[in-house]
Amino acid sequence: MTEPLPVTSRQESQPAPSGMEYTGAGSRAARGRTSAYLRAIWAVVWKDIAAELRSRELVSAMLVFSLLVILIFNFALDLDPGTRASVTSGVLWTTFAFAGTLGLNRSMAMEKDRGCMDGLLLAPVDRSAIYFGKAIGNLIFMFTVEAIVLPVYSVLYNTNLFKPGLLLVILLGSIGYVAVGTLLASMTVQTRTRDVLLPILLFPVVIPLLIAAVKGSAGFLEGGDMEQTRAMLNLLIVYDVIFIAISFMVFDFVVEE
Amino acid sequence: MEEKPRVLTIFNIVTATLLSIATWMVFFYAPLEAVMGEVQRVFYFHVASAWVGMLGFMVAAFAGVALLRTKDLKWDNVGLASVEISVVFLLIAIITGSIWARPIWNTWWTWDPRLTTTTIMELIYAAYLMLRSGIDDPERRARFGAVYAIIGFISVPLTFLSIRIFRTIHPVVIGSGDPSSEGGFDMTSTMLQTFLFSLFVFSVVYVNLLWHRIRLGRLANQVEQLRMKLMQ
Repeated sequence: MTEPLPVTSRQESQPAPSGMEYTGAGSRAARGRTSAYLRAIWAVVWKDIAAELRSRELVSAMLVFSLLVILIFNFALDLDPGTRASVTSGVLWTTFAFAGTLGLNRSMAMEKDRGCMDGLLLAPVDRSAIYFGKAIGNLIFMFTVEAIVLPVYSVLYNTNLFKPGLLLVILLGSIGYVAVGTLLASMTVQTRTRDVLLPILLFPVVIPLLIAAVKGSAGFLEGGDMEQTRAMLNLLIVYDVIFIAISFMVFDFVVEE
Repeated sequence: MEEKPRVLTIFNIVTATLLSIATWMVFFYAPLEAVMGEVQRVFYFHVASAWVGMLGFMVAAFAGVALLRTKDLKWDNVGLASVEISVVFLLIAIITGSIWARPIWNTWWTWDPRLTTTTIMELIYAAYLMLRSGIDDPERRARFGAVYAIIGFISVPLTFLSIRIFRTIHPVVIGSGDPSSEGGFDMTSTMLQTFLFSLFVFSVVYVNLLWHRIRLGRLANQVEQLRMKLMQ
């Protein structure tokens, strides 16, 4: 491989940071391979972040959309202090789930439209490194949106959402959501119906995650039945582990040409 | 064009006979349930259809694994056939369940784990069919279908678990023990015979339909190939 790898999403983006030595990974020792694998993941993550820092189209779209959803919920549910306490976790997770599909669609469509996915697939790295790179990139965008939505929601509705338990639920919930979402989004961008299809495929599969996340968040916000909340946390962890493992195994088949 | 195998014709007759016997058993052999009355008779075919629905999705997931491992498109045909049949049977289970629930629970629908899980399963496989209709390349359609069938099948027990953590009112007739369920009953031996026979017969119906559907898929492929040859 003598030419620079086409790992950037936009022409104006800088090439992958120096030190991205993919070749010869097979000839090194196991430790060298691991670090090459991690560097490949980081290269994909980095090019997503760099592209986003320049355009800011993904996070800003997700963010504005989230705030609009919260606004609509305000009128739809008439969020007075009484109802607010019981529906906060539901409103938050609905918002994250809807905004999430927006980001996932965009992040994968970007790769597909400009033929960047083909460039990524040509790189002599394990395909799963591309999956993990994209997933971590999506996760960072999701966290960014959540990090802004949470304080805004706290201020608008005068509730304190910064509780360690809730943050833990959001962390675990987002990981599972993005793990499945990245895999399904890389499938749906290759279909005729594209953007329409992602939520239809994704939502029925993430329902256990959303139920556990909503009930878990509610448990920490309202201080309800602690045993049930802990069961929900366990379920989130199980979901994350299972779906990361499956995505790792089947991603090869999804991007195969 | 391949001929319809003789065995399949015989199998059709056997299946039809078994189904008639099962129907007769449900109405005349099984005794009238003391509390619920006639509506309880829906139970035999309700559970059997739900079983076929579940079985079909399991077969589809295994066909998906086989497809990804062997890259043989015949497994795609099996998976699609299985999902199509199961979608119908699951719908039958939901509708017969509602008919039973109306007099017994006094509502058509409740958000109980089993009911919700069944509905979500139905939605997952509706999404599966939509995903397939959005892809033209048969090889890619097969791969994506397989991946989604596997993911969907694995998420179903998790959905059930996540709702199960709350309470349920759905009766557990086999190996029951939950006193809070409503509409449960003890089976007499003739009831049990009818029930097990229905399960068996519906499994046979499933295999029969699967056979027909796989054959149809193969014929459709042949037609497609002939059409391509003609167009060239």
